[in-house]
Amino acid sequence: MSPTSRFASIRNGEALDFSMIPVVPMDEFRSAILKMAAANHRLCALFGASKDGRPPGGLLAVLADDIGGKLYLAASRPVASYPSLTPDLPQAHLFEREIHEDCGIVPEGHPWLKPVRQVPPDKVAFFQERGAEVHEVAVGPIHAGIIEPGHFRFQCHGETVHHLEIQLGYQHRGAERLLGAGPDRRSLSVAESICGDTAVAHAWAYCAAKEALAGAAPSLRGEAIRAILLETERLANHIGDIGAISNDAGYLPATAYFGRMRGDFLNMLMVVSGNRYGKGILKPGGTLFDIPDEMRASMIETVRRSIVQVKEVGEMFFGEPSVISRLEETGVVSRKLCEDLGLVGVCARAAGADRDVRQDHPLGLFRFRHIPVIRLNSGDVFARAMVRFLEAQRSLDFLRGLLDHLPEGTTTVPCGEPGPNRLAVSLIEGWRGEICHVAKTGRDGRYEWHKAVDPSFHNWIGVAMAMRGGEISDFPLCNKSFNLSYAGHDL
Amino acid sequence: METLKLVASDLLMVVFAPPIMLGIIAKTKAAVAGRKGPPVLQPLYDTIKLLGKGAVYSKTTTWMFRLGPVVSLAAVIAAAALVPLARAPLISFNGDAILFVYLFALGRFVTITAALDTGSSFEGMGASREAAFSSFAEPALILAFASLAYRSGGLTLARMFAPYGGPSAAASTVLALGSLFVVLLAENSRIPVDDPNTHLELTMIHEVMVLDHGGPDLAFILHGAELKLALMASLLVRLVMPEMPLVGAVGSLILGLAATAVVIGLVESSMARLRLIRVPQLLVAAICAATFGLLLTLR
Repeated sequence: MSPTSRFASIRNGEALDFSMIPVVPMDEFRSAILKMAAANHRLCALFGASKDGRPPGGLLAVLADDIGGKLYLAASRPVASYPSLTPDLPQAHLFEREIHEDCGIVPEGHPWLKPVRQVPPDKVAFFQERGAEVHEVAVGPIHAGIIEPGHFRFQCHGETVHHLEIQLGYQHRGAERLLGAGPDRRSLSVAESICGDTAVAHAWAYCAAKEALAGAAPSLRGEAIRAILLETERLANHIGDIGAISNDAGYLPATAYFGRMRGDFLNMLMVVSGNRYGKGILKPGGTLFDIPDEMRASMIETVRRSIVQVKEVGEMFFGEPSVISRLEETGVVSRKLCEDLGLVGVCARAAGADRDVRQDHPLGLFRFRHIPVIRLNSGDVFARAMVRFLEAQRSLDFLRGLLDHLPEGTTTVPCGEPGPNRLAVSLIEGWRGEICHVAKTGRDGRYEWHKAVDPSFHNWIGVAMAMRGGEISDFPLCNKSFNLSYAGHDL
Repeated sequence: METLKLVASDLLMVVFAPPIMLGIIAKTKAAVAGRKGPPVLQPLYDTIKLLGKGAVYSKTTTWMFRLGPVVSLAAVIAAAALVPLARAPLISFNGDAILFVYLFALGRFVTITAALDTGSSFEGMGASREAAFSSFAEPALILAFASLAYRSGGLTLARMFAPYGGPSAAASTVLALGSLFVVLLAENSRIPVDDPNTHLELTMIHEVMVLDHGGPDLAFILHGAELKLALMASLLVRLVMPEMPLVGAVGSLILGLAATAVVIGLVESSMARLRLIRVPQLLVAAICAATFGLLLTLR
């Protein structure tokens, strides 16, 4: 029997009747997931799927086959406890902690079962190393820069970091609960606020799930404008990130130039959507605003100019020997670690993983226009910066091509209301990595629950791993090269 | 009367030259990055602002913490009396170069102990880094001084740091200059050794040791650090720059200091910070350069 027989299969941005998802006993559910994982399937989401979140409830798993472009879904019968997946499947570690926190289901034998986000961090235990010359450094939750709150606990021996534990949860706002109360007029705004710098990608994931539930297909021009916004968001953040990495490395000219260019892309979002972070333009069925010809011409001009500037400044930055020696071999994450921990996005591609939703599970316009996937092998800060630089250039090329040939037609079609008892999954490659939204409607067509997984949820453990054996003074640079979201993790 | 004028001009140099030098560095960096940058007098305004504030002391600290800023500033001011700022130094005797080095060491010692006094893990980290790196910077400084002392025939700063004739001395001058410039960057927490502008407490060396100081204490520390930079820079300037016509001794020193500030700003704009583990390598290179310089003078 093939392992996929325990699963219902759909493609990205599709919905199915909830009754189509096989509900199996827990031990079968567990072994099926392990078999699928052994056959190179990746865990996109694993969560308690009961409405009220009280035990006993069932679990629901979404696994991705990146080569076949399919998503596999399975549910377990309600349980109060089960043998933890984490010892056999490390990428489940945070999902199981979340299940324990949200639903009270106990994954027995989980190596580090502590709260994820809903308990005040001063009430939780931290891993501690003991020894004569070992010392502990605690950083945050209030930081020296204007950034989000998060607590970092280092176990150090001199300058060498033995272990880093990251405790988040300061930004928990109940986004999933608010989304699950929908669909209503504020649902989309909530989705856009899951992570403020990824507003377009989360809004798209939300819209795609709702369209799938309602059985609607958005207009082609709307899809094209969404793709333009998504890539512009990627550009703004990638360029801003390289500038920030340059700042932490102490290389000032590139910081200044990249910082200015980030403004160009934010302004482009502003022109199209009326908001520098691209909020308020996407809606189920398409987009709220069109790109008129005059605006399109000015955007093409900006893109043309940026192609030259990004390349010039990037070559200056990556051509500076002191920069390269600072970035190379700092904060290395191996390919094996990426696969084991299920890391996604820039940091996975920097370590050589061929993982990009735009290629593996294309949605919307990415079905027709492809963006080459950038992969590097070293998995260090340099690779993460370089992947951003190369991806920014590919996105600029994509924008130039698409803006020249924007599909005709209306920007939006009526979306309709979601059908009853259906479940939809949507994956979007945001600039950090894979965003996964899973929505389930009840009998009345309203959401029973709405699950959102930000790439930061997968990747924070990558920061901790990258620091092992490294120097504590490299942490800021290493952290910046991941640039993960606190709000996206805390929801 | 003549002594009074000397004291007054030295005092002006000690009070105003250091912050202005820092302002020129910031202006240079801003210009390279295409920005306008803060006013040249900004560091002076900051110091005045800090002097008007109150200080907050942690309950875990002792008198050592309060002593740190005062003694470190006093040590640098005492060192300033030994340096020939405009004309002759206020105090000069055979061996004042040794005292100069030890006054710097005294300032560092009290800063480090004040940092350790807070019991903060950050400050402890900064203190250990400062102690480790200065143990590499000091030999370079001493060796460079040794070669200059040998060729001038005495351990007097005023005689050691004066343009020294002949092309045969050029090589040793260049080597001493190079190693002293690296020591200057390292001792004054400039890029590539430290980043004075960073807010990242885990990567700092000098700045992280003074995180708990505020108000007048911080003003003392900042001015002490600026003065240290100005003193080392004025020694370098005197080593290579003869007194220029028209502007006089003070004028040429001021021009030299401004030029040094621009050079430091350009160095900071043109390269990234070194990885912390590489800093000793840079300082060892400075030691080597100073040693070669010494060998050349002994020849």
